[in-house]
Amino acid sequence: MSGVEGYMYPNEVTLYWSVLIVLYPYITGLVAGAFILASLERVFRVDAVKPIYRLALLTALAFLLDAPLPLQFHLGHPERSYEMYFTPHATSAMAMFGYVYMWYLMAVLVFEIWLDYRREIVLLSQQSKGLMRVIYKIMTLGSNNISERSLRIDEKVGWIVTLIGIPSAFLLHGYVGFIFGSLKSNPWWSSPLMPVVFIFSAMVSGIAAVMLIYMAVTKLRHQKIDMRCVDAVAMYMFYIFIIDFSLEMLDLVHRIYEADESFRSLDFMVHTKLYFSQIVLQIFIGTLVPLILLFLTQVGQFGEIARKRIYVLCGSLILIGVFAMRWNVVIGGQLFSKSFLGYTTYKMALVTREGLLAAIGLTILPLFFLWVLLKLLPPWPKKEMQEAAAGD
Amino acid sequence: MSGFKDVSHLFRFAGLFVIAFLVFLVVRVYVVPKSFGEYGHYRAAAIGEIAAHPIKFAGHQACESCHSDIADTKAKGAHAHVNCEACHGALATHANDPSSMTPVKPDTLVLCARCHTASAAKPKGFPQVNPADHMGGVPCQTCHNPHSPAIGSDTGKGAAAGGTK
Repeated sequence: MSGVEGYMYPNEVTLYWSVLIVLYPYITGLVAGAFILASLERVFRVDAVKPIYRLALLTALAFLLDAPLPLQFHLGHPERSYEMYFTPHATSAMAMFGYVYMWYLMAVLVFEIWLDYRREIVLLSQQSKGLMRVIYKIMTLGSNNISERSLRIDEKVGWIVTLIGIPSAFLLHGYVGFIFGSLKSNPWWSSPLMPVVFIFSAMVSGIAAVMLIYMAVTKLRHQKIDMRCVDAVAMYMFYIFIIDFSLEMLDLVHRIYEADESFRSLDFMVHTKLYFSQIVLQIFIGTLVPLILLFLTQVGQFGEIARKRIYVLCGSLILIGVFAMRWNVVIGGQLFSKSFLGYTTYKMALVTREGLLAAIGLTILPLFFLWVLLKLLPPWPKKEMQEAAAGD
Repeated sequence: MSGFKDVSHLFRFAGLFVIAFLVFLVVRVYVVPKSFGEYGHYRAAAIGEIAAHPIKFAGHQACESCHSDIADTKAKGAHAHVNCEACHGALATHANDPSSMTPVKPDTLVLCARCHTASAAKPKGFPQVNPADHMGGVPCQTCHNPHSPAIGSDTGKGAAAGGTK
């Protein structure tokens, strides 16, 4: 049989979880990472990341809106997907994920963004015209109260929401890792470290994505990049990356030392079918290179332009590396036979519902969502925004 | 009263949640099938609907009542416990009215290879061959009687042709 080496059980020959299932934990991870970055300012009072706070929240929302779409594209009958929420079963990890998702979307992200933007929303509802005025009016929920006391209350409630949001973000992405880690039949996935590794890699990728988006958007607006902010973001990204790398290595060392009955088969797979995506992309290009570069920026003295270039390079490599990690988990877990006697091949289609073009489209879509959100709720300094609003 | 005024917008947002939850409950009443949960975590009416499907398999007793010669041959061979319709397909229509359709004979090159192609996962005692090496395109029933496959038992075209009507 083409693409099959050795012996595969009949139901293992075709991969049922495609590139879209790779995309799903990747995008969910970007949400969690972007939110954790926002919480640095709100909860941990890291003033340096203030310029990126709102952008991080909007990025998290844009990617969160996109997160369930790969799953919908993957389903044979997406029109039935709502059923698991109307008749949920406690043993259904996906049904529980839906509730965590809704909680995170509405009770955390939308609520926090609404609280943070409420003053601007009320002002814009008075200053805008036409359709935008109607939209802003609806967004005020009929309350124009922006008294000092009400805004102070918003600030306090927002702080509490962020505080609740941190474990929620961990829960959201931990759940994605849990879905894989809890599959005891698959030795490539079954590991209690899986949710933790997913969370930390999510934080690194989310921070990298927001940093790149901030630099790109600022450049497009012909504004000056706040290097104090980007330096601080890169520093946190570096620290979290070290933890992420340590955890992944711990998982690897544990597997090598334990060397259970699946080890020889998995080891062979890593050195053959997954060599490029795991050794080259994930570990070397996506982890070691950005780690070394970020380390150099922490210990060395580099000019502003050099730092910017290093950060852009590191951010891009991290995004590639974390995507490769998701790929290796999802696709890698389906390439080997549970008999440990054979391997199959994943052939990605191009123009199908679960093909490459759909995956590219779903990766770009959150940037479109973000563009709409940036138009609706500009995260730029308030003075500038008010001038823009007054000029409309 | 002004104290409440400064937090009223929070209640408005909370109201959204209440409305969303109420809409969820109302929609749930309409979209969850009435019989859901009657016996377990599934739609009880599905049992009746599935039972109402027309029967497609006749069962080996029905086949044996007419094709008794084949049944006798089969009972002595290694395929004694393989049901007729496992190879010949669902034939309730034929059993109910034999003249309504004539079953198509399976292509043994495809059918036999489905079980007997060599594979490391099959038990050692199970007869298995590499089809290309073993028969080189010659149909299996040339040498084996599919109903009693040991060579010498009752081989040849006549044996595989079927029994009396």
